[in-house]
Amino acid sequence: MSPYLTMNPFGFPILSTVIFLPLAGAFFILLLKDDSKIKITAFVAGLLTLLVSLILFFNFNAATPLFQFGERLSWIPAYNINYVLGVDGISIMLIVLTALISPLCVLCSWKAIEKRVKEFMICILLMETAMIGVFCALDFILFYVFWEAMLIPMYLLIAVWGGPNKDYASLKFFIYTLFGSVFLLVAIIALYLANGTFSIPEAMFKGYGFTFQIWVFLAFAIAFAIKVPMFPFHTWLPAAHTEAPTAGSVLLASILLKMGTYGFLRFCLPIVPQASFYFAPFVMVLSVVAIIYGGFVCLSQTDMKKLIAYSSVAHMGFVTLGIFTFTVYGFMGAMLQMLNHGVTTGALFLMVGIIYERTHSRQIYDNAGLGKFMPAYVGFFGLFAVSSFAFPGTNSFVGELYVLIGAFIKSRTAGFFAAVGAVVAAAYMLKLLKQIAWGREDKRDLKDLDVREFVYLTPLAIFVIWVGLFPAPFVRVMETTLVHLFMQLNKLSQ
Amino acid sequence: MTLLPELYMLLFSVFFLFLSVGKKKISLFTAARVLALVGFFVALTCAGARGTLFAGAYQVDFFSQVFKVLLSAGFTLVVFMFEKENEVENLPEFFMFLGFSTLGLMILVSSVELISIVVSLEISSFSLYAVVPLRKAQTRTQIEAAMKYLFFGAISTGIMLYGMGYLYGMAHSTYLADIMARLPQFLAQPLGVLAIILTLTAFFFKLSLFPLHFWAPDIYEGASDATTTFIATIPKIAATALLIRMAMLASASPAQLATVIIVLAAFSMTLGNLVGLVQKDVKRLLAYSGIAHAGYLMMGLLSFNREGNAAVVYYITVYLFMNLALFYVVMLLSRRGENVTINDLSGLARRSPLLAFTLAVAAFSLAGIPPTGGFTGKFFLFVTAFKAGYLAIVIIAAVNTVISIFYYLNLVRVSYSRESEELRPLALAFHEKVLCWIFNIVIIYLGLMPFGLIDLFRNAM
Repeated sequence: MSPYLTMNPFGFPILSTVIFLPLAGAFFILLLKDDSKIKITAFVAGLLTLLVSLILFFNFNAATPLFQFGERLSWIPAYNINYVLGVDGISIMLIVLTALISPLCVLCSWKAIEKRVKEFMICILLMETAMIGVFCALDFILFYVFWEAMLIPMYLLIAVWGGPNKDYASLKFFIYTLFGSVFLLVAIIALYLANGTFSIPEAMFKGYGFTFQIWVFLAFAIAFAIKVPMFPFHTWLPAAHTEAPTAGSVLLASILLKMGTYGFLRFCLPIVPQASFYFAPFVMVLSVVAIIYGGFVCLSQTDMKKLIAYSSVAHMGFVTLGIFTFTVYGFMGAMLQMLNHGVTTGALFLMVGIIYERTHSRQIYDNAGLGKFMPAYVGFFGLFAVSSFAFPGTNSFVGELYVLIGAFIKSRTAGFFAAVGAVVAAAYMLKLLKQIAWGREDKRDLKDLDVREFVYLTPLAIFVIWVGLFPAPFVRVMETTLVHLFMQLNKLSQ
Repeated sequence: MTLLPELYMLLFSVFFLFLSVGKKKISLFTAARVLALVGFFVALTCAGARGTLFAGAYQVDFFSQVFKVLLSAGFTLVVFMFEKENEVENLPEFFMFLGFSTLGLMILVSSVELISIVVSLEISSFSLYAVVPLRKAQTRTQIEAAMKYLFFGAISTGIMLYGMGYLYGMAHSTYLADIMARLPQFLAQPLGVLAIILTLTAFFFKLSLFPLHFWAPDIYEGASDATTTFIATIPKIAATALLIRMAMLASASPAQLATVIIVLAAFSMTLGNLVGLVQKDVKRLLAYSGIAHAGYLMMGLLSFNREGNAAVVYYITVYLFMNLALFYVVMLLSRRGENVTINDLSGLARRSPLLAFTLAVAAFSLAGIPPTGGFTGKFFLFVTAFKAGYLAIVIIAAVNTVISIFYYLNLVRVSYSRESEELRPLALAFHEKVLCWIFNIVIIYLGLMPFGLIDLFRNAM
């Protein structure tokens, strides 16, 4: 085994199991005919994956910054491409998050998807395989294959099961993301020619020339900034979010957006550190712009899904801000915010999906005044809404606090504007919540949450409160890796 | 043994020649399929043959045998794909001409001497000139296409002969090995560069590389689906083979040639992809896609080494399957042999999920999205070109990938997300389903497991 990779303590390749369990489920579904059996199979496959990912989580050694549960096979020897997997403190939580969200996506589509159930479930499971693969891959080509393979099922989710404007939204999503990735590919090849290997850890902290770093950073940054999405590249997001089916929006918000910030943390910082220092002020400015701009756009939305989509732009601004402060607080806050945004925004999209199934409208006014008819629904909605604007006691408060501390250490101006953005977030979220709870007086015939909906909202609600009150277990998992990264960067910046 | 694949192809063609003059009693399709399949296995068994024949003009080596297997695989697939009695006139002659054309291409990949190159190229081309007008579905357009193909083809051959004259004059030999050995000397003078480029014209024509691309859209549109499938795929394999053969014989990377190749490749992909954006007819669209792919292929030739050549062969192998897969969808959609427009694809996912899936796999592969073979092939090309120091063309190709995704994705988009009035399910016969699955599996296999094949190709170079 290589110096950066520790052995897998299990007798079987556990990371490959997590990655390919959903794929196996998808193959199994291919053989089934009955819709309800298909749904159950997809859900069971998702649950099994979650189970294995939890085994990973509980066996994760938080004391070492090395990659763990390593697997290594030769793939394309002619180009020195290997099948290398491993997880560290940055990826482990994202894998668990992916494994948690995917079965919920199956559950939330139980009734909402009526046509082509089989293909829908196959798409969700393929997405899950590709998403977990992205977080596990330690070889650039393996990473890139998973990264791009994700586009196809996501495209189909929007294009086949999407809303009225799906044609436009899906095309824009695909082309925007692909545009970013081709430059990523060119940068990957450049790194290969410099190192003679596609291994990701072996490309880190190599001390490349400054010009080389600048170009590689720019190529990486285009790909990741589009995926995040950072401020001027965000226009695909509201369209895609709005038109996608609920499960698609949840996957997009919870997992796909994280890949951009994961890319910054995993690639940009360790591989091209000097360029990252050089561009940090620009990225921080763009992040703050995204926070403020996203907040103000949200204030004027009348479409619930669009509002939450734009709030994602603002929230992801906090994540990139945290990463580019180059402080341990910033890193920690960014990682926590990635998880928090995944859970909270995912949950909010689920909430929109639930009400859309009943009223067939996403307009705030059509869904206003639910406090009397759907108390449980409004209760959950309230919890996730306050979590979204980082109310103390909920998960996002912890993350945003860390990010703000990091930002204030680095630059008071950035910290100030980010804090203003947080206030704007409170404004638009409370406004939405007020409308939903008390906005209308007339009587309507709407059913409150059923058991299935309770089942998939409860774990997210527990997470919101747990991280809000006791974030230590999650912080501990990622601490060593992030501190290690910070030390290495710190050495270089002096 | 050394000439068995070629002899078999000759027998195949002669067999159909006799059928065309005699009274037809047997089922032509079955006969053609069985015989073509046997031919494929013959080519496969002769993969190990070695030898030099005809005073060194004809070289049978691993390189040529690999290409013969590819050619006969392509030919067999085309024969299996094609099955509409009413699409093509004079069916036995059609098979005969396709057979002769494949024969010519097989000879071409073994030829290492100018005269035999010309002769084999012409055997292949003349058969195709005769095949283009054999279409029933439309009147006139196929005649126009045939005339254009004949004239443009003849002119490109003429230009090639003109260039060959110079080459002979300068090298005093018609053997490629002698000519390429003296390459550095005569690339030093403008006439030498001109001679090489003029000689390559005929192969650029076959590949439909810019600036010899203009015939492709009209011919693709005018010829029948089966003919177009053949013209769009099989001759390109042989033309690539000859270009690689010449690159192998060139000892060092000649800077002048590299510049020319870069310019042609850049124009070819950009033009192909930009014009492809506005096409309505699927076959025309595929013509422009082919022009763009010719440009991608050229990237691998730039490095003038074994790795680059292997990447080119890998890409053309993937291209064979993804292009045929897309043409197969077109053929199955137009049951009466008429041209398919993009709007005809609407609702395909509902009418026939398998066909829509095949279309999606082929289109994503042509666009170069993982995990399909198109990505892996393009990735190898990018790496070799970048390694040889040509970053500019890699970036141009990367941008072109994004441009091309518009029209490839459009095919998928129309077939998946647009509904049509026509809701009759499109029933596929058993063997059609099998063929679709073969295409899908091979394309994804080539994308995920390239290791065996790319090593094989490296050894063949």
